[in-house]
Amino acid sequence: MDVEVIKTYLPLYNEAILLTVRLGWFGILAAFGIGLLGSVIQYFRIPVLRKIAAVYIEVFRNTPLLVQLFFIYFALPKIGIKISAESCGILGLGLIGGAYMTETLRSGLESIDKIQHESALSLGMTKRQVFFYIILPQAFSVSIPGIVANLIFLLKETSVFSTISLMDLMFTSKDLIGMYAKTIECLFLLVIYYLIMLLPVSVLGTIIERRARYAQFGD
Amino acid sequence: MRKIDYTKEPLLKVEDLKQHFKMNRNYTVKAVDGVSFSIWPGETYGLVGESGSGKSTVGRSVIRLYDPTDGKIIFDGDDISGKMSRKTVEDLRVKMQMIFQDPMASLNPRKNVGDIIGEGLDIHKSYKSRDERTAKIKAILKKVGLAEEHISRYPHQFSGGQRQRVGIARALIMNPKLVIADECISALDVSIQAQVVNLMKDIQEETGTAYLFIAHDLSMVKYISDRIGVLHLGHLVEMGSKDEIFDNPVHPYTRSLLSAIPTPNPIAEKTRTAIPYDYASSGIDYRKGTYHLIDGTHYVKCTDEELKRFTEDKQ
Repeated sequence: MDVEVIKTYLPLYNEAILLTVRLGWFGILAAFGIGLLGSVIQYFRIPVLRKIAAVYIEVFRNTPLLVQLFFIYFALPKIGIKISAESCGILGLGLIGGAYMTETLRSGLESIDKIQHESALSLGMTKRQVFFYIILPQAFSVSIPGIVANLIFLLKETSVFSTISLMDLMFTSKDLIGMYAKTIECLFLLVIYYLIMLLPVSVLGTIIERRARYAQFGD
Repeated sequence: MRKIDYTKEPLLKVEDLKQHFKMNRNYTVKAVDGVSFSIWPGETYGLVGESGSGKSTVGRSVIRLYDPTDGKIIFDGDDISGKMSRKTVEDLRVKMQMIFQDPMASLNPRKNVGDIIGEGLDIHKSYKSRDERTAKIKAILKKVGLAEEHISRYPHQFSGGQRQRVGIARALIMNPKLVIADECISALDVSIQAQVVNLMKDIQEETGTAYLFIAHDLSMVKYISDRIGVLHLGHLVEMGSKDEIFDNPVHPYTRSLLSAIPTPNPIAEKTRTAIPYDYASSGIDYRKGTYHLIDGTHYVKCTDEELKRFTEDKQ
């Protein structure tokens, strides 16, 4: 392994990780928003919307992100919808993540005993207060392990962005290998950069999870 | 000894309450199907029946966690059965409180005891300063037999009996006129049950709260209740004072229920036979029955022929 080679490539990788993190961040944000909305729809069994949400979840959970991205990036322009590559990445990530987040948050919401709802109502809270002050905080702390797993999964999935010509880590490595054939150095850097990006998320997740569990049951 | 004035207006009057749940197009569960009873201020009304008889549903309909399908509920002079005005809802949520079966499930695990008990005060803004709030919470903690320092602890740090005390404190802090105790002791150990029931009795002596005591443990119901209603399949088949029900049960379902109580005397227990009761094969139709007066306040829901048969069966 040539250290000099690694040194010259570092700036390229730095740029790539920034792009990955930026797109990943917005994608996750979108996924979280969609997930919250979807889980609330499912939890309250809102008619019609509930069916739509179910179809959405099944479609996006059961197709690969790669296929979804190809669809958004290559098929949609054919019917006149043109979206930039970056927006495509965010959109794709948001949509697949949204489907996963919906299921994760819904399972959290449904794990909260119905009696919590009833006792809060009998004390005089409104339905909205019950949901935001009693149900949601508890459901959230139950869902944290699932949410962290989703975060890591989504950040890893960003490697698919390379296929729609976004200069992310994967794309940069492939490009460099193709041009200079420094396979070992490039792949080594690739692994390191993914770890740099994901290990903190994982560790942070564990810490938050532990804190949340203290607040929840204790025993 | 507390005295209940039965000549006064009842605190709660339930008339022909029906609570049906539509499961799908062709199937409706009639959890409660025409139940009427009244509770006077300061008394304990015991509602007994087997699992699935609809006793919890009655409690939840009365406190309006459900929207009753039909019937009338008058509480403290207000009609609370249909759509309620904002003020009525507010009133109801102060004057009627509920104690739940599972104290762990019904307390918010993320809040400390002070905040759980103070929740009602917070919602209805019934204090002027933080100090007043804390003082009120501490006073109620003492009343239910917990210590002041428990105020900052979390539900998981308590034992089952203590948790139920917190549940009781939460219900009592608003000085309710009626407390619905839905199986509030059945999740507890027998020795703890006695403590909690005695606590409830003491509090009743002191504050004059009325209880709707929902339970399936008949010996406990006998101990705490003034009057009892026996519920089966959503129908109130027999009601009367505690002594009337226990000394002279008329309805075969009530007799079957009472025959199932174990006796503490082992010799008597050996020869105790439980009277079987099966609604489907008994030929009784609850829907056809009307209330027949036996004596005093003792009523049985049946038809004329059924009443004749019940009394003959007894001899």
